[in-house]
Amino acid sequence: MSEPLLQLQGVHTHIGAYHILQGVDLTVPKGELTVLLGRNGAGKTTTLRTIMGLWQVSAGSVTFEGDNIGLMGTPDIAQRGIAYVPENMGIFSDLTVAENMILAARNAKRAEDMDAKRLEWVFGLFPAMKRFWQHPAGLLSGGQKQMLAVARAIVEPRKLLLIDEPSKGLAPAIIQNMITAFQELKRTDTTILLVEQNFNFARQLGDQVAVMDGGQIVHSGAMADLAGDEGLQQRLLGLSLASHQ
Amino acid sequence: MNAPATTAVEALPTVKPDRLPLMLLPVLALVALPLIGSASTWVTLTFAGLAMGMIIFIIASGLTLVFGLMDVLNFGHGVFITLGAFMATSVLGLMTGWTTSTSLLLNLVAVLAAMLVAMSVAGGVGAVFERVIIRPVYGQPLKQILITMGGMIVGEELIKVVWGPQARPLLLPTAFQGSILLGDAAVEKYRLISVVLGLIVFAIMTWVLTHTKVGLLIRAGVHDREMVESLGYRIRRLFIGVFVVGSALAGLGGVMWGLYQQSVIPQLGSQVNVLLFIVIIIGGMGSVTGCFIGAMLVGLLANYTGFLVPKVALFSNILLMVIVLLWRPEGLYPVGKK
Repeated sequence: MSEPLLQLQGVHTHIGAYHILQGVDLTVPKGELTVLLGRNGAGKTTTLRTIMGLWQVSAGSVTFEGDNIGLMGTPDIAQRGIAYVPENMGIFSDLTVAENMILAARNAKRAEDMDAKRLEWVFGLFPAMKRFWQHPAGLLSGGQKQMLAVARAIVEPRKLLLIDEPSKGLAPAIIQNMITAFQELKRTDTTILLVEQNFNFARQLGDQVAVMDGGQIVHSGAMADLAGDEGLQQRLLGLSLASHQ
Repeated sequence: MNAPATTAVEALPTVKPDRLPLMLLPVLALVALPLIGSASTWVTLTFAGLAMGMIIFIIASGLTLVFGLMDVLNFGHGVFITLGAFMATSVLGLMTGWTTSTSLLLNLVAVLAAMLVAMSVAGGVGAVFERVIIRPVYGQPLKQILITMGGMIVGEELIKVVWGPQARPLLLPTAFQGSILLGDAAVEKYRLISVVLGLIVFAIMTWVLTHTKVGLLIRAGVHDREMVESLGYRIRRLFIGVFVVGSALAGLGGVMWGLYQQSVIPQLGSQVNVLLFIVIIIGGMGSVTGCFIGAMLVGLLANYTGFLVPKVALFSNILLMVIVLLWRPEGLYPVGKK
């Protein structure tokens, strides 16, 4: 495992009266894809939102590149090079695909200001984005919206991508597209923390895996170890992943 | 780098632009024509309605964006209108020689000076209002309503302290007085000027919203401010900017409203406030285009009913709001908020 880029130590998060994260310890190694698995309500989305500063850390620390970002505001965290793709994709449906991308390229005022080479690479991963460049994003299909959400996160180089359930609600063919795109992203040594419930999707991509339950990490290690150990899978599946079989 | 095979749906559904709300304006005007009977009276009333609508739009546009961006219900918006109008009485009072001159240029300079001062003061006070009154109650709608109404009352009383409780005249400069004839119809020059100025403000606002990065951020922020922050932008700074510009526009609207009425009272803001909320609710809260159409509808209807059935004029706008909301419960152009 390479050096850690992001570390959560004893992170607690409260949302109103609810104590959601109850001491999360998680390490995301640099240049690898870490998958966060767990059943509904385990705290996966809250973990991503806490890292992004959208929920406040009640206790513990979130360390990114050696600095505690746990108490920073969301814009400051994003400006450090962390991109976030929320579960609902966060697409601005009244804006065009181009305008969504311009917003993600912080220093670009117009499409022409964006890094053309990078943009072509993104179009290579998601050709629909080029085809529907001037169309309102709200008209895209669910799969295309998910592609736009990921495309927006990578339109400029980022140090860490936080991606919440990219396969959710997508047709198998679109999921395969998404897997191909993530495999291509992995070849660029991008660090990714991916929340998933679809174990088949996760095991094709993950280098590392962490399993959550009850607001805590109950298992972490190499994805290959989990994928190759039926007993471990059985134990974890029995604990929290039964619904994914 | 290999591109993945594309299996996504290749064609997008075609959605026709929603022009139905736009059609309401000519429909309303055409329905009013036979009821009014006289074409020249109809032209006069239509211009009066459009002028009133433009002024309301200028005032309400900032209010709708403030709500759209941060869900802030600012019931104190009216105080910036009153402040702008009273600033104009002071500025134009100092430039009486210019406003009574027959030179159009001198008249224009005087009015522009009054507008600039009113906008600057209203914008500055808006910045303080946001910092002291709005910021402590972000995300607390009930407290927002109470404290902004309180702010409005305090502002109104402070205006009485500075300018006195009486109505103050705000006379039109010489060149702006009188009417021009369009056929048999007499249209007041100032109403034409108001229509032109309103269209200029609408055009500038539309251009900024559609052709600049700030405009893009405002449109995105109205839709999903959390995502805008996740992209690394400080939405609160944007909100402060919009609040200040909105307050300045209210100040400008105050000058125009005062000149329209030719007098100013300290209760001006609280009187107009009701109209403003009707307009932004009709338009769809957060929508500038909706606000524009809503303001025109309110202006036209107020003038037509004022002529046809004066007793109905008082609640015609409430009736309009009820009808629009029965048709489109989220307003003419609902903003798709997350």
